[in-house]
Amino acid sequence: MSKDIHKILSLSNDLRWSIGEDFHDHLIEGIYADAAQIAAHSVTKKGQRAHTPLDTKIDRIVTSRTWGFPIMFLMLAGVLWLTIIGANYPSAMLGKLLLETIYPMLKNGASAIGMPWWLDGLFLDGVYLATAWVIAVMLPPMAIFFPLFTLLEDFGYLPRVAFNMDKLFSKVGAHGKQALTMSMGFGCNAAGVVATRIIDSPRERLIAIITNNFSLCNGRWPTQILIATIFIGAIVPSYLSGLASIGAVIGIAMLGIFFTFFSSWVLSRTVLRGEVSTFHLELPPYRPPQFWKTIYTSLIDRTLVVLWRAIYFAAPAGAVIWLISNIHIGDTVLAERLIHGMDGFGYLLGLNGVILLAYIVAIPANEIVIPTILMLTVMVTGVNGFGEGNGVLFELDSIADTEAILRAGGWTLLTAINLMIFSLIHNPCSTTIYTIYKETKSLKWTIVASIMPVILGFIITFLVAQIWRLLAH
Amino acid sequence: MNKIELPKSECASCPHYSTEGLKKLGVDTHGVDFVVALAGNPNTGKSTVFNALTGLKQHTGNWPGKTVARAEGAFSFADKKYKIVDLPGTYSLLSTSIDEEVARDFILFGKPDVTIIVVDASRLERNLNLVLQILEITDHAVLCLNLMDEAKRNKVEIDTRKLAKDLGIPVVPTIARDQKGIPELLQAVHDVATGKIKCKPHRIKNINPKIEQAISKLTKEIKSQFPDLPNSRWIAFRLLEGDETIINALKNGTLT
Repeated sequence: MSKDIHKILSLSNDLRWSIGEDFHDHLIEGIYADAAQIAAHSVTKKGQRAHTPLDTKIDRIVTSRTWGFPIMFLMLAGVLWLTIIGANYPSAMLGKLLLETIYPMLKNGASAIGMPWWLDGLFLDGVYLATAWVIAVMLPPMAIFFPLFTLLEDFGYLPRVAFNMDKLFSKVGAHGKQALTMSMGFGCNAAGVVATRIIDSPRERLIAIITNNFSLCNGRWPTQILIATIFIGAIVPSYLSGLASIGAVIGIAMLGIFFTFFSSWVLSRTVLRGEVSTFHLELPPYRPPQFWKTIYTSLIDRTLVVLWRAIYFAAPAGAVIWLISNIHIGDTVLAERLIHGMDGFGYLLGLNGVILLAYIVAIPANEIVIPTILMLTVMVTGVNGFGEGNGVLFELDSIADTEAILRAGGWTLLTAINLMIFSLIHNPCSTTIYTIYKETKSLKWTIVASIMPVILGFIITFLVAQIWRLLAH
Repeated sequence: MNKIELPKSECASCPHYSTEGLKKLGVDTHGVDFVVALAGNPNTGKSTVFNALTGLKQHTGNWPGKTVARAEGAFSFADKKYKIVDLPGTYSLLSTSIDEEVARDFILFGKPDVTIIVVDASRLERNLNLVLQILEITDHAVLCLNLMDEAKRNKVEIDTRKLAKDLGIPVVPTIARDQKGIPELLQAVHDVATGKIKCKPHRIKNINPKIEQAISKLTKEIKSQFPDLPNSRWIAFRLLEGDETIINALKNGTLT
């Protein structure tokens, strides 16, 4: 049998020599010629253009040199604005329901049946509160952001974004389709990493995977929005505060895009050197989105899936938070030791030990960073009048409460800004790390993709803190 | 949105005409009779066709490259159970990106009973490049001429009879997002799967005589050793290009 195959292979080798090198081109030409003949036989065109004039007109504007980028910026701002404004009210309602109504009921029920304090603490103060907080904070913005994003996607806008950004990407030595995977990353980095499969060249695909983390993901938008509302919104007159906080959040998102380009450029000049590959991107016709169907599928496919993931990680994290704040070593609790141990390094970065510990606890999911920070802050500062005591993730009925706690924890405008920066530039969440490993099948690149952003985050926050303090004195 | 009338056939008045025989089985792919692959250029509505057949709600998006892995689902029609695999959209099967490999390997090694090739009716010529490549690999295919509404909007008319004759496979016009043409598509898939329709797929003709000579020589050799191979000519193409995957597949017998 193997001998027969050998005969085929040697014949094909001989023939390959005789037909010359341009076989591939000849074959493609043959296919094109056949396709043209068949199409000419059965297709009659009454119009001349492939696109309807309206499509062409829209494309002329949204991909134009002058208007392309401002329109992209406005779209992003519009989606964010709707998300921020729209999410406020349902968030407050969910908070009231889950934290102020159901939580006390559960607590009362637990004490009525004489549940031991540690069981009650672990499950209600730890697991339940963390989960409830994540739902209240995450569900509304996701339920708005995802459908809006999906509507833009269905309309056909994403390939235009890729078209606009192609030049920039090829200038930094990356693939133009990275614009698409970057956009997907704004929803979820794990999804963005999977989407890089559309990039043919392994080199450019690795660049797209490693830099996807700079797309501010859905788990981080709420953190940005909350901190910007409290600290950035507060430094301008109140009628401007909404605008200022949205501006700050967009600024961070833009910084992320800048770092995507910057690190792509560095990678393609150093460890991932190579040619930029060319590609064809078909601009699909604009299709009126099927509104209700899109809303439905994006709620089911994306929002609920991502929310479920958040809950899945929040529940055990809630237990961990409760445990580290209740396990005593000597006369201090474990969490306090950890926080004080990291305070010095935190100060150098313009952050603090609480934030660093929160980021360690929150490696599984960025969504739980803020609840963790608040809980730990209450514990170390011993602020009275908030929450239920040690290790309890408490209710936040108003943004003012949150602000009071953070200020009591020694937060300044610098802490807020650096937290926003660090939230953008740190390691990917565990799901994304796992996805990167599955896609690259390389431990080395997974480690690079996980560690590089943390180091970069340390450097940037350190520089900002030093310059800030220099100027403040 | 404009309502577009698809070319009415005799079938429309026939009592068997409906999706009534269609049972959407979601992801339950146990004990299937036939395997159907769904291939086509990016952004032609493969996932929409997939959802229409399986009742699944796979996310569809208006950008090329949305489906990067393959998705599977099932449906049953006329007492037969079908598994359907949604392949990534590709422009060709000749290069080596991951999405093209996924699509090609499934059609080549997965040996689906029927391959539905979904094309954008308003851009038929460009889409045909992939169609012709698929027809070199498999004998059992149905052309789903999708997005007929957009073709109409662009004033493109297609003679489906001539097209079917030229390609040698059934051609079904559809507007998948409105479920139009799905019954006819099911019937065509069923007929090809059960052998009621025999396809005589078009084989690439416009090839330089010198190369054609080499190809037929090699094809003859392959055929003499693997008489049952349906795509010996395509294997010859790949061998002449020095495609390692195919050489290895030939060596370890995964092709037959």
